[in-house]
Amino acid sequence: MDGNDSEQLRETPLRAVHEALGARMVPFAGYLMPVQYPAGIIAEHNHTRQKAGLFDVSHMGQAWLKGPDHETTAKALETLVPADVVSLEPGRQRYSQLLNDDGGCVDDLMISRSAYPGMEGRLYLVVNAGRKDVDYAYLQERLPDGIAVEPLPQWALLALQGPLAEAVLATLLPRVAELDFMQGAPFEFEGAGIYVTRSGYTGEDGFEISVPEQKAEALWSALTADGDVMPIGLGARDSLRLEAGLSLYGHELDETVSPVEASLLWSIPKHRREQGGFPGAARIQREIAEGPARKIAGIKPEGRAPAREGTVIMADGEEVGVITSGGFGPTVGGPVALGFVPPALVKPGTKLDLMVRGKALPAEVVKLPFVQKSFKK
Amino acid sequence: MATMKFSKEHEWIRVEGDVATIGITQHAAEQLGDLVFVELPDVGKTVAPGDEAAVVESVKAASEVYAPVSGEVVEVNSVLADEPGKVNEAPQGDGWFLKLKLSDPSELDGLMDEAAYEAFVAEQG
Repeated sequence: MDGNDSEQLRETPLRAVHEALGARMVPFAGYLMPVQYPAGIIAEHNHTRQKAGLFDVSHMGQAWLKGPDHETTAKALETLVPADVVSLEPGRQRYSQLLNDDGGCVDDLMISRSAYPGMEGRLYLVVNAGRKDVDYAYLQERLPDGIAVEPLPQWALLALQGPLAEAVLATLLPRVAELDFMQGAPFEFEGAGIYVTRSGYTGEDGFEISVPEQKAEALWSALTADGDVMPIGLGARDSLRLEAGLSLYGHELDETVSPVEASLLWSIPKHRREQGGFPGAARIQREIAEGPARKIAGIKPEGRAPAREGTVIMADGEEVGVITSGGFGPTVGGPVALGFVPPALVKPGTKLDLMVRGKALPAEVVKLPFVQKSFKK
Repeated sequence: MATMKFSKEHEWIRVEGDVATIGITQHAAEQLGDLVFVELPDVGKTVAPGDEAAVVESVKAASEVYAPVSGEVVEVNSVLADEPGKVNEAPQGDGWFLKLKLSDPSELDGLMDEAAYEAFVAEQG
């Protein structure tokens, strides 16, 4: 979701820090956010792949979903998402989608079972900035009495991503090294409780750190004091996630797109595919059985010209689809894109033409991700 | 020494005889950020002021470069096809885009000199 200049922009607790670093600030999802720092998007991207990048993602929506016990809360949420939430162990995290009755995505989100002692029955949710108001209203409306959504606007969120993320963060919080991918735990920073999950949106190993807003700047400073850490803006966040083949809401996902179409079937476990029990289950089960009308594929344009969102995809002279995200992948060293094509064309090696400025640009379907993920095993 | 003129679209023009070398300004290059692709016109193409003369793509977005004056394209900086980053390194030097044989040198009078351009950029914030 892009920002809108006409409305009052919200800001994160780190706005002044970004401006002092010389960031270029742009409206994004209703927030004034750093799109890049003076180093530039390519340098920021490469630094994240090689060392460690620090992102302010405090615009993301963080919330508790609170119920009397884990099973009750998890079962309630499972009526709206197709993931297995019930089997989550304390501290474990899963990626899923909030679905509407047509099986389209209201949002995509991260769901963690709280690892806080004495906080049984709580799930910690992280949702997209541009969708949080819609999500919270939808959750509250559709969940039964006794399950409450509690947004956490006074919490900032920092992401530290890259192969050196563990070494850097462990200098402050030694026990983060014990976390597995998609696992979180509470920690203490300067006397304040913070919550760290081993997750991210770059295809690299890394952490997301939920911190009270009054401690955000101190944590940012403590992390950037390490010479291996560079601040990274939303521009590189986008090129990193695109190379990792990760969906972005408003591009690959929206209210009309099902998880099957978005090539996210991996996030729906077998028993939930069979049993349903989430909104739009009939459509999703039909798409699993018969194939969806369209599917997200990785697309590599030949040459150097990027194909942007909205570019028409042709095959054998016919219009067959559209690019949903497209740009330059610094690690790939060339243009990369995601787009909808008919399922018959998702096979790697399929030749496509992309209509860029009136000319057919040759391209090929490739296996995702464009860059091999380096998550902690 | 040849004089440099500047357009409100953030191009620079350096005239030697009846040939103008054209590129984008330091300010424009900074605003665009890292360039990853430059599409240049065919030699022999004629352009009028305001016509699309080239396309530049940064990591984030595509932008047009407009012809500030009319003329015929007599040379393009083909190095940019493989090394678009040259524009960021030296936008007013090795990162030039194209050379035009001017068809109406009087159009240059409508462009800014360096001091006026700097004031224009400062005014835009």
